[in-house]
Amino acid sequence: MGNIAADRQGIRPKGRASWLIHLFPLPALVIYTLFVIYPIFSAFTYSLYEWEGLKRGVFAGWKNFATLFTVEPFQEMFWNSFGHNLLYFVVEMVVQNGTAFGLAFLIYRKIRGAGFLKMAYFMPRLLSVIVVGILWKLILHPNFGPLNTLLTKIGLGEWAKPWLGDPDTALLAIILVNCWFGAGFAMLIFLAGLQSIPEELIEAARLDGARGLGMLWKIILPLCMPSITIMTIFTFIQAFEAFELVYAMQGSMGEPFHSTDTLAVYFYRLAFSSAGGGDVAIGLGSALAVVLFVIVASVSAVSLRLMLKREVRH
Amino acid sequence: MKTSIGGRAAQYVIAYLFMLVALYPIVLMIASSFKTNMEIFSNPLSLPSSFSFETYKKLWETVPFADFLWNSIFVSGVSVLLITVFSALAAFYLARFSFKWSGLLYFFFLIGLMIPIKLGIVPLFLLMKSLGLLGTLWSLILVYTASGIPIAVFILTGFFRTLPVELEEAARIDGCSHFQVFWRVLLPLIRPALATVVIINFISAWNDFFFPLIFIQKETLKTIPVGMMMLFGEYETDWSLLFAGLTLSALPMIVVFLLASRQFMEGLTAGAVK
Repeated sequence: MGNIAADRQGIRPKGRASWLIHLFPLPALVIYTLFVIYPIFSAFTYSLYEWEGLKRGVFAGWKNFATLFTVEPFQEMFWNSFGHNLLYFVVEMVVQNGTAFGLAFLIYRKIRGAGFLKMAYFMPRLLSVIVVGILWKLILHPNFGPLNTLLTKIGLGEWAKPWLGDPDTALLAIILVNCWFGAGFAMLIFLAGLQSIPEELIEAARLDGARGLGMLWKIILPLCMPSITIMTIFTFIQAFEAFELVYAMQGSMGEPFHSTDTLAVYFYRLAFSSAGGGDVAIGLGSALAVVLFVIVASVSAVSLRLMLKREVRH
Repeated sequence: MKTSIGGRAAQYVIAYLFMLVALYPIVLMIASSFKTNMEIFSNPLSLPSSFSFETYKKLWETVPFADFLWNSIFVSGVSVLLITVFSALAAFYLARFSFKWSGLLYFFFLIGLMIPIKLGIVPLFLLMKSLGLLGTLWSLILVYTASGIPIAVFILTGFFRTLPVELEEAARIDGCSHFQVFWRVLLPLIRPALATVVIINFISAWNDFFFPLIFIQKETLKTIPVGMMMLFGEYETDWSLLFAGLTLSALPMIVVFLLASRQFMEGLTAGAVK
């Protein structure tokens, strides 16, 4: 990483106007520092103080964190939401990324109509998450929703149910909608990974007798590891930031009965609405933001290292 | 890899079945926007019996959709422009010059790739408030610009590094200033990378819901996603109006995608798998 300064193409600026060059990165640096770096680091500070509404009170040390993890209902809310985020991640990995890899593999094998299929798979990703949420809320509607109508029409009427109103199915329904939304993007990432495999390697493996599933497991999957790793990290970050779809489909309380709550929804409630019972809790909200930050950033740090490692190789 | 005929057939069934899963809800959304409420409830799965633009007229009259549309265009457009220009300047500096702080500066920008900016929302809210920007479109533009810079600097710096250094030496001998080298010689050469940066950031700014939800209160300053959410809250029973709203808000992106699908799909993955 430190080697970038000693980059092979580095140029020593000469001439009279050379100091002007230092103005080039300034606009980006100022805006980025002020509106990304500063707020995130302020959130750390905020979490160490007591707050009364929007007014900062006395220094509180770790008190907000202690409250978050030892006092009810905060403790229960945290672990409840945390569990949902984990489930989000696991189901996305299995259903969304599993399907996406299968589809990418089919396209890679040059199925007829591949160009069109690629576009079709990707289409849902173009919609805003809010549009996706409202659209599926309508589709899953217990009485008039097309899904229940369809089930009844094909003779599976007893399967029809209020998907989003039942605590047993609500979270899974939301996560599957998210899979519908994200599968196309995952498919593109995997396809890029598949297409970067050198033709000769596959040819050589075939000569050694690798066929079908054996080829997939022993040759293709290991060679796709970079794209699988990247997609795993994306999925993790996205699962732990899950907010908009839940908010659009189930509101800020993660209804029914907090069965669809996620950490980000809980954070929104603490920081911006009194709906969580009591006042806006900036101290607690910030403490939760810090915890979420640590979870997400430690995983993204791995991704950053991977990206830099690959860049060095170029 | 050889597959049996049966296996091959199964592959086609899966591939085209998933195409239906991906497209059908979107088709349903568009088709339903032309139906009456009665038709949606009695025949939710069929095509509309007649094409009527009545609902769209009604939508236009009930919500300030033109305002939402303009706000979305303005916010996404200005953010993407600022991200591209500022990041290109910074990336040029980082890729083509070496000072002792270059590595540190590059790293400082890359930290932004790991930071979920949503988590800084409380301090951002108070900052915007003290700057007097809360409730204005500029609060959104500044946040989108700032959070788009890291990925843009990352992609553009990578591309600038791939350009041969002789090009700009030649330009300098011809008497070009730094800015002229940047603007006239190098920028045209990294056009594909610029397109990638534009697409990635345009999609995320256009579709963002979180920041306008918190920063914008005034009805006429809402962007499309927040406008749609309000529509859903107020007209929960008028499904044809909702479907028309959803269709209208998805349409601009779908049209742009159909015009440049290749560029879109390559652009989106370029950042991830180079």
